[in-house]
Amino acid sequence: MNPVSANPVSANPVSTHSVAALPSHPWTLEADAAGPVIELIDAGKTYTSGTIEFEALKGINLAIHEGEYVAIMGPSGSGKSTIMNILGCLDTLTRGQYRLGGTDVEELDEIELASVRNQQIGFVFQGFNLLSSMPAWRNVELPLVYGHVPREERRKRASRALERVGLGDRLDNKPGEMSGGQQQRVAVARALVGEPTMILADEPTGNLDSVSTRDVLTLFDELNALGRTIVLITHELEVAQRARRIVWVKDGAIVRDEVNAA
Amino acid sequence: MTWMESFRTSWAAVYSHALRSMLTILGILIGIAAVILTVGLGLGTQLDVSAQISSLGSNLLIVAPGSSTSTTGARGGFGTSATLTITDAEALSSTVNAPDISGVAPESATSLSLTANDTNWTTTVTGTTTAWTSVRQRTLAHGSFFTQAQADASAAVVVLGSETADELFGTQNVVGQSVVISDKTFQVVGVLATAGSDSSSNLDDVAIVPFNTAATDLVGGTSSNAVSTIYLQAASDTQLSAAYQEADALLLNLHSISSTDDADFTISSQDALVSTATAVYQTLTILLTGVAGLSLLVGGIGVMNIMLVSVSERTREIGLRKALGAPPWAIRRQFLIEAAILGLSGGILGAVIGVVAALTLPAVIGSSIVVSPLAVGLSIGVAIIIGLVFGVYPATRAAKLAPIDALRSE
Repeated sequence: MNPVSANPVSANPVSTHSVAALPSHPWTLEADAAGPVIELIDAGKTYTSGTIEFEALKGINLAIHEGEYVAIMGPSGSGKSTIMNILGCLDTLTRGQYRLGGTDVEELDEIELASVRNQQIGFVFQGFNLLSSMPAWRNVELPLVYGHVPREERRKRASRALERVGLGDRLDNKPGEMSGGQQQRVAVARALVGEPTMILADEPTGNLDSVSTRDVLTLFDELNALGRTIVLITHELEVAQRARRIVWVKDGAIVRDEVNAA
Repeated sequence: MTWMESFRTSWAAVYSHALRSMLTILGILIGIAAVILTVGLGLGTQLDVSAQISSLGSNLLIVAPGSSTSTTGARGGFGTSATLTITDAEALSSTVNAPDISGVAPESATSLSLTANDTNWTTTVTGTTTAWTSVRQRTLAHGSFFTQAQADASAAVVVLGSETADELFGTQNVVGQSVVISDKTFQVVGVLATAGSDSSSNLDDVAIVPFNTAATDLVGGTSSNAVSTIYLQAASDTQLSAAYQEADALLLNLHSISSTDDADFTISSQDALVSTATAVYQTLTILLTGVAGLSLLVGGIGVMNIMLVSVSERTREIGLRKALGAPPWAIRRQFLIEAAILGLSGGILGAVIGVVAALTLPAVIGSSIVVSPLAVGLSIGVAIIIGLVFGVYPATRAAKLAPIDALRSE
């Protein structure tokens, strides 16, 4: 393990699984198995609007290893959304490097980026972002459609992912027929279905009540226990405390990076 | 993403906004139907006109008084001066001088009032020869045409058009009745079968008398020997051109004119009339088709409008699809197929409605509409192309959306 990162082997008070029992996972990464799957090196991002320049990220260094559960925590305007966009390959750096699975993302073109997002990242958004006209399983299979998976195979994998999040009986329900918590679980299933390198969750509980919040966070704990790498962006301490490592961001810089002892 | 997947996604989008899609399709539909109908109406009218002109008689040459086109293109007194006489017609009848001309029918037409009992009716009284029926291809419904003997004797006999008989007597079989024309009593010997009307006159409202009778009793004076038109029938199709040459040479010689440019008569063929008349309708068809084409263009702009709405409405969806791994080309293809579906549906429905209208309308408006398979095929093709062309811009805009901006939009 890289000493830069926090030790992922720490007791999580919520998860009932032992971290030492992490199953090996068939990652399709070109990276050295020992190296970090996500690596930001002196990453800077400056937004230019007319003559006004705003430095959203001031050269941060961050390494996340396979199987980690990391919360990126900070108040609004701290730069955590920028980090999320960079990690999700939705935006590009103005300086520094972002290496995902050993590949320098800055060198990829738009089509390659689309493929990286498809294969390596599973998004969970605050606003769920489900397509309201489609039943749950159709929403879940969407990443597989762009991943050239055959139709029957997609349906099978989508059902399995929905079963995994506890919605095996709601395959054909449209988002409008489900509660917010259920919709977010559909979104988690969609993030899972493509077996991505990491699940990237942006304020996943921001629109949920406390019961649904607990449901979704428990789901994350379980997924992490199964070996999933999870990066969670939030401004709520309670949510961040469910992670095993908390990265505190303020004014575009990392101010603290600690193992969650809670 | 396979083509099938793209198509399924696009179809779902079209289907989920059924009303909006229908209205967009309607725009294309109207344009396509209008193009098919105007082209069909134009072609139909051209056919009608040439059929009417053909009904004048076959292998026909028409000799009219007046000079032909001068070098400036102005026509000098066409049909007004009395430069043709019955002598010209008699000369043209000669089988020696004009062997390729099989029939000659001179006409001297005067508008006169006819009286039968107490009924008055003004019609065109035409003096002609016995060859008239065969040259003009007319048949008789009742009685018979006047004979050569009656013609030679300047007998007071008349053959009436069916409509003229109707107007004067209220019935058509009026053989044996008397009609007073210019204070002279004529006996009706025959009634012509109905022929309809050509582009300039009603062929059923006529009164035909022997030429000599007309010359002496009805016209009189210096113009009594003048004829307004001489109809010549060539012995066959292939002899038409020879007949034209013979008639031209003979008349120039008779009128002592050395140059064709100075001719005081004009010979035109049926073909020339047909092409003149159809040229007019062709221009009209092109003009109307242009107008219909404009409505198609408006329909196309409708497609673009709806596609732009569809893109901005689904900005979030586009952002999401991109975040999930849709490359720009997949997004572009999805919207292009959507536009093509709208265009194609409009094209096919428009073609169906256009063809149905073309088949049913003639019964109502009385004018033929020809369904041209080329016009139908072309307009469906044009509809798809319109969908694609007007879909390119919205689709490219969708493909270029940055995923974060798209995801953030409300």
